[in-house]
Amino acid sequence: MTALTGAAYWLPLICAVVLGFAVAMYIVLDGFDLGIGILFPFFAREVDRDQMMNSVAPFWDGNETWLILGGTGLFVTFPHAYAVVMPALYVPLITMLLALVFRGVAFEFRWVAKPHHAKWDIAFSAGSIVAALCQGFMLGGLIGGTRVEQGHFAGGPFDWLTPFSLLCGLGLVVGYALLGATWLVMKTAGTLERRARRSAHVLLIGVLGFIVLVSIWTPLEFASIGARWFSWPNMLYLSPVPLATAFFAVACWRGLAGSRLMFSPFYSAVALFVLAYIGLVISVMPYLVPPSITLWDAAAAPSSQRFVLIGMVILVPFILGYTVFVYYTFRGKVRADEGYH
Amino acid sequence: MNAVLLARLQFAFTISVHIIFPAFTIGLSAFIATLLIVWQRTGREHFHRLARFWTKVFAVSFAMGVVSGIPMSYEFGANWSRFSEVAGNVVGPMIGYEVLTAFFLEATFLGVLLFGWARTPPWLQATAAVLIAVGTAMSAFWILSANSWMQTPAGHVMRDGIAYPVDWFAIIFNPSFPYRLAHMLTAAYLTTSLVVLAVGARYLLVGAFKEEARTMMRMGVGMLAVLGPVQLLLGDQHGLNTLEYQPAKIAAMEAHWRDTGPMDLVLFALPDEKAKVNRAAIAIPHLGSLILTHDWNGHVPALADFAADAQPRVTIIFFAFRIMVGIGLFLIALGLTGAVLWRRGQLFTSRWYLRAAGWAWPLGFIAILAGWITTENGRQPYVIYGILHTRDATSPIAAATVGASLAAFVLVYGVVFSIGVYYIRKMLRHGPHGAAVATSSLPDALPNQPLASARESARESRAEPPVI
Repeated sequence: MTALTGAAYWLPLICAVVLGFAVAMYIVLDGFDLGIGILFPFFAREVDRDQMMNSVAPFWDGNETWLILGGTGLFVTFPHAYAVVMPALYVPLITMLLALVFRGVAFEFRWVAKPHHAKWDIAFSAGSIVAALCQGFMLGGLIGGTRVEQGHFAGGPFDWLTPFSLLCGLGLVVGYALLGATWLVMKTAGTLERRARRSAHVLLIGVLGFIVLVSIWTPLEFASIGARWFSWPNMLYLSPVPLATAFFAVACWRGLAGSRLMFSPFYSAVALFVLAYIGLVISVMPYLVPPSITLWDAAAAPSSQRFVLIGMVILVPFILGYTVFVYYTFRGKVRADEGYH
Repeated sequence: MNAVLLARLQFAFTISVHIIFPAFTIGLSAFIATLLIVWQRTGREHFHRLARFWTKVFAVSFAMGVVSGIPMSYEFGANWSRFSEVAGNVVGPMIGYEVLTAFFLEATFLGVLLFGWARTPPWLQATAAVLIAVGTAMSAFWILSANSWMQTPAGHVMRDGIAYPVDWFAIIFNPSFPYRLAHMLTAAYLTTSLVVLAVGARYLLVGAFKEEARTMMRMGVGMLAVLGPVQLLLGDQHGLNTLEYQPAKIAAMEAHWRDTGPMDLVLFALPDEKAKVNRAAIAIPHLGSLILTHDWNGHVPALADFAADAQPRVTIIFFAFRIMVGIGLFLIALGLTGAVLWRRGQLFTSRWYLRAAGWAWPLGFIAILAGWITTENGRQPYVIYGILHTRDATSPIAAATVGASLAAFVLVYGVVFSIGVYYIRKMLRHGPHGAAVATSSLPDALPNQPLASARESARESRAEPPVI
């Protein structure tokens, strides 16, 4: 890599941080409402499902907008990476988008269709599961490496399909389910809350299992990731990540068991996600498209990055502000029959 | 079929399905905001009932707009990766601003509008509706700016085949943008007005929801009578702008093969692309020149004046344009007739007019699709006019993969959105809750729907004297 200085160095880095923030927001926010869909098969009673749906209905649309910001953000700030990644992940990407169609419309259609809404329960649930699976596939495919020749994607349509990406897919389904279950613990009451608590315990064990598996698998399969984590003094500097993960795992477990902590199990689960995400970023930095395209290789023209960053600096605080406002408006436990239908 | 054609078909299909919903929700959000503001100021309950009723329709439409819109932001990269690289520096930021200024605003405040009735004060409901209406218009602003830049690129330089921004103001306010924005926003407001008018007319035909129906009809006719003629002027100006910057598109729209003097206005013809002539043409001499150059003998560049690989195909553009203009003229007639009937006090009793208006509801959507088919095909063979050929803009993806995803899109959209439109129809037939004159004559009434609050407002409203 040639030495970069000034704006040519900093602009792409700042853009990457902002983009990384948008993706993290998406994973956490849409994660819990996808999780509700993943949990649907385990909560068969209609009243429970109504409440589960109502607990996320005011938010899902805003949550999913972070996905659009992630996609367009990559397009805007790193068009070259966007132009390589999207063709490389074509199959899981299109499948995910179609799955999101089913689950997105289910939020409205389910109510209009009542009492003939069984098909939209299935659409909501299957759409959520498939979308989460595909996101995991894309993550695994991206880490697994993309074949690039002369700046273009040069692989086949199923290059992303590896045992590792399958693991990531399953891991993300279980992870989102944990976010969803802890969300229900926070937002509902009575039997639904109790059942969500029980599911969350099981899911937490599953999530920790996947975290351990991925943490062992990636350094073994990808030498660069092994070197990043297990060389001295990196090991020391990076040790807070696994330590904090252990802390929040315990906090989440104890919170679910009912001990009074300062924060609910949902926030512990979010922290686990954020930590896993940070671990991932540490593993692949500075590559946007491992193993060949760095964030500096893929950067848009400085003028374009600057123009968008100005907008983000001004607008993202507003967006966060009214997002907080909406979550505050609909705070607390969901009341029965709160839907507008 | 080759991958380029399949990718084009996929984009055409997904965006055509998508545009139907934003075209509707842009106008509908403004309509709902107006209703809520009027309700706040007058305290008349039927405005509130109408607002809540249309908010439900809005929610279903908006959800379909969102889920059909998310794929668009990824399709650029998936199917058009070369375009993304060439145009990313310029088009990317505009789409980025669309997300930042519009999508979050709409999506977030939709939650307040839909679910906040019990938790937030009425003024906040009205504010949320206004913010959503502003958001939808902002969204149109940015995406039309991006599209217009692809039609009439400006404010950039090309280096190594990649576009680099030089002047953002010139990029955003590129030559065709103000015309396209005005034309499209007006089209969206017209489309919604027509649907509102049609629903009102249908209620009156069966004698249901009279108070609400009259309000809908008055608002619909008023909008149509004003915006219809305005749209004609805007379309004319947009056409002159296209003649200046994309003359080949105008030549294709008018099936103007050779410049042999003053141009006819071809009312109908069967364009023969091989022989480059019009068969079975019905044309008015000089009128084409008059409209396009505002001069009786003006010259208009013809297709023969352009290189073979800079000419769009004529047939689709020619017919799509005529469908759009034909519908536009009909809507003006519908609006003005309605205004005359209104003045004479016969608007709600002229059954022939109610029937015509009741059947007219899809025309706005058809006109919008026809207009976009005209302008997008007219840009061909370029994806960025004069800069990047469509055939050079695609991703390195095999035709089989693109074809399979196209089939999946057609299947999924076909099923999901037809059901969605069916549900909207069902909601419209069910009508506003708690209307002053509830009716059982409408089919498809949903037994489980009324909420306690709706029943209350029904009781209240029965005590009110009839309006008018």
